[in-house]
Amino acid sequence: MTAWAAREHHRFEAAGKPFVYLVPSAAIFALDAAADSLLQTLAARALTREELVGMFPDETALDATMGELVRVQAIGEVNAPPAKTPKVIPLAPFPLTTMVLNVTNQCNLSCTYCYEYGEDKIVDTENGKQPKFMTEETAREAVEFVLKESGDNRVAHITFFGGETLMNFPVLARTIAYARQRGAEIGKEVDFSLTTNATLLKPDIIEFLADNRVGVTISIDGPKEVQDKFRVFNNGAGSYEVVAPKIKELLKRHRSRPIGARVTLTSGEMNIKRIYTHLTEEMGFWEVGFAPVTTSPTRGHAISEAGYGDMLGQFRDLAYEFLEASVANQHHGFSNVKETLEELHKGVSKAFPCGAGLGLLGVATDGDVALCHRFAGSDAHKLGTVRDGIDRQAQQTFLEQHHVANKTDCSVCWARPLCSGGCYHEAHTRYGDTARPNLHYCEWIRGWTDVCLQIYGELSERNPAFLAQFDEEPTKEPVS
Amino acid sequence: MTHLKPVNRKAARIERATDNDVVALQRRGGGASVPQQPHFPVGCSLVFSPGWEADRTGGTAGLCQPVERDLFDCHIGCYWPAQVPDQLNHAPDWTSKCAAAQKDWRKIDLIFP
Repeated sequence: MTAWAAREHHRFEAAGKPFVYLVPSAAIFALDAAADSLLQTLAARALTREELVGMFPDETALDATMGELVRVQAIGEVNAPPAKTPKVIPLAPFPLTTMVLNVTNQCNLSCTYCYEYGEDKIVDTENGKQPKFMTEETAREAVEFVLKESGDNRVAHITFFGGETLMNFPVLARTIAYARQRGAEIGKEVDFSLTTNATLLKPDIIEFLADNRVGVTISIDGPKEVQDKFRVFNNGAGSYEVVAPKIKELLKRHRSRPIGARVTLTSGEMNIKRIYTHLTEEMGFWEVGFAPVTTSPTRGHAISEAGYGDMLGQFRDLAYEFLEASVANQHHGFSNVKETLEELHKGVSKAFPCGAGLGLLGVATDGDVALCHRFAGSDAHKLGTVRDGIDRQAQQTFLEQHHVANKTDCSVCWARPLCSGGCYHEAHTRYGDTARPNLHYCEWIRGWTDVCLQIYGELSERNPAFLAQFDEEPTKEPVS
Repeated sequence: MTHLKPVNRKAARIERATDNDVVALQRRGGGASVPQQPHFPVGCSLVFSPGWEADRTGGTAGLCQPVERDLFDCHIGCYWPAQVPDQLNHAPDWTSKCAAAQKDWRKIDLIFP
């Protein structure tokens, strides 16, 4: 007898109704009582149709419900397990969407947790082979590189990064002018953004950024007592008093694009609501994104397992605040939840955790091309140079080795369509291997995905028009 | 669909893609994008004769195989009650002791309904 069982899925409830998130398709369906009950029954154990008839006597209704669940592959025959998701490697050349240009590897701050300067750094930025500042010539070569590698894309994105990006402002400014001119010549739009610690913002720089519509992300950890704990100058002095007035100046003058704050969360500072309120209401940021610090587990600022649990609870509270604001059609700046909602809405099912090495590449100060900005300058993660182009062989090897199909631990996780194993840099720092899945935050990822699914379900019931914004062109993810 | 309501865009695409094509989905793997599986004839040949006219890819390499193959095809691909027991419903364990037919064929026992 044919026995039926539930396929991979995650059931959740929102607005008092049952929903299901299907894996690996990443489809979200609302269930009626019959479908919910049948799915839960078959999730508990496999049963034949005859056994099911004993539990659901209305055979016509049972068959109709079963038919629909089979149709979307929420259930299936035990003897016919679903085919393994094929390991498809994208065809080269894959168009480059975003190039992150590390215009300097120097910084005027000495943040204790920094992945570029701190104890877990990959590249020697003091005595290594890379120059401390990118030359204008290398930057121009990088512009030619991104224009060429962006293929048929109408827009090429250039993100300036560091070190502290603004320490090389002259090259940055001239590169923007050059890229604009070259883009106009070949009929391609070039979009610019940068990340900065705000210490070097001056009226003329702010003016320039506003006039040139440069997207700005500010690295800041929160109110004074939080910011000054890790984000310090060389002499240990906190940076809050220096950056706060400059940021307010920037937010006042630069109105051409929304400006976001990017917060690094550490073991000590976990009052997320307080940080959020300070940065939005008191400081004036449009959006705030939070990221747990990337570090090996032995460091004092590393977030423990209990810390991840605490963080999830606080994220959930802020996410529900986001929900209520969105239901009332008011803006809420918790960008983590918005990014995840967009991916849930589209139903993305990722073969790779991020675009690194694919649609996103990092460029070191000497023009070496790496996986992403976090690996820029690392020979072990090099994928070519801006002069000679992408090393297709190295890129293919990388993609072969990092496909989610290789991550055995992920093959049984319902959150893999979104997570796909997580950040390569995080894995490299934790386990010394970019190909490893980040098992230390699995519970957190599943918990957070579950929260976002609930928010998504609530919005689909209470304000579906809000979700329509995600039907538009993809928004570009900030680089952190 | 009446019991399920697509909520996100992927769900809507699945509903569209599976409209009127439930049979294709129910088949193992489902859908036209599934990679070619190994040679596996399905259904009887048009002409009532031993062996197969052509496999599903139009190939003829696997036709008119020896008796072990008839045994296989007659109780999986096309059930033919004169030769083998009904392994789907009444004798699911019939070949469980027969891992390799060349070696273990003696272990396939008689079945009395």
